[in-house]
Amino acid sequence: MDQHRILIVEDSPTMRQLLVFALKRLKGAELVEAQDGMDGLRKVTSDHFDLALIDINMPVMDGLKLISLIRQEDELREMPIVVITTEGASEDRDRAMALGASEYLTKPIQANRVLAVAKSLLKLA
Amino acid sequence: MSGHEKEFLERADEFMGIFRRGAEFTRELVEENARLRRALMEIDNRQSEAAQDGGEWEKLRQELVHRIRGLETEKQDVLERLGALEEENRQFAGRYLEIEEENNNLANLYVASYQLHSTLELSEVLKIIIEIVINLIGAEVFAVYVLDEKTESLEPVAAEGKEASSFPVLPLRGGLVGSSVESGETACVEGEVPGSAEPMVSIPLRIEDRPIGAIAIFSLLSQKDHFTPLDHELFTLLAGHAATAIFASQLHAQSERKLNTIQGFIDLLTK
Repeated sequence: MDQHRILIVEDSPTMRQLLVFALKRLKGAELVEAQDGMDGLRKVTSDHFDLALIDINMPVMDGLKLISLIRQEDELREMPIVVITTEGASEDRDRAMALGASEYLTKPIQANRVLAVAKSLLKLA
Repeated sequence: MSGHEKEFLERADEFMGIFRRGAEFTRELVEENARLRRALMEIDNRQSEAAQDGGEWEKLRQELVHRIRGLETEKQDVLERLGALEEENRQFAGRYLEIEEENNNLANLYVASYQLHSTLELSEVLKIIIEIVINLIGAEVFAVYVLDEKTESLEPVAAEGKEASSFPVLPLRGGLVGSSVESGETACVEGEVPGSAEPMVSIPLRIEDRPIGAIAIFSLLSQKDHFTPLDHELFTLLAGHAATAIFASQLHAQSERKLNTIQGFIDLLTK
């Protein structure tokens, strides 16, 4: 099976651990964690990733800013991005999708839902 | 021979050719007719013989009926087995979903428990409690109360959605939160009560009979409209593990303070 590199950008260690738990079930997945937007930007621009999961409310740089910067990079325009956030309002969703998010999941998350979305975006489903 | 005569003879030859082919075709038809008559007679004879030999006919009929019944029984058996397999399949699918859900729930509970006991710093413990209540339960406005043993009141020490200081200090006994801490039972009101100062959930934090504090949830995230069985499991987990984590961090802070004091004395005596 192909190796899939997934970046998790989330400031909460609890959420990071939960996402790692969910995504570890993807065979051949290599998970890399970043603890804020800036850390995420550094990692996503210096290495190849097949998928990124990004929280919105983060210190240093928020998720929306990170998504807009990622989409400005030519080689990252097609990388699927899943937003994971507490913001459930439709205008928040629209804003994230307009910036280039591929999927929008609200907290509290279900591990199997995250797994299903990741599989779909990685075209494993 | 004139041109007319020549043309006449050619047409006569042509007519004779047509006539000969017609005669030949007629002969073939007559022969085919005779062959079919013979075949029909043969079939009639066979039918008569079969009708005369009733025993053979009956034997064959019974054999066929027996075979049909056997096949029908076999078909019924296959259909029953197919039904049983489909039922088993449905049960497996249902069980798979249950296990999947159980697995997800266990992952959430494990992560919550692991994080709560990952530090001995009170501020970190409170931060983790807040993360769990936001991310795993989906609460929007809530406060963590810690018991002040001197005043016997519950003081808000950390909160989300509002400043901790904006939450009221609560009595240890009385009210939804106080009663919940006193009884050790989680109080849960399904559905937010608009304008009410009372929380919708009060999770008592206790170590055996010793009250430590409480987590009071006032409202949920907009996308969360009800509590799930996992939420109730998390309430139970928080009631025990968050209490232990807070108590351990308080003891750790006390021991650090005492250690510093003793070290100060030792330094004073040895200098």
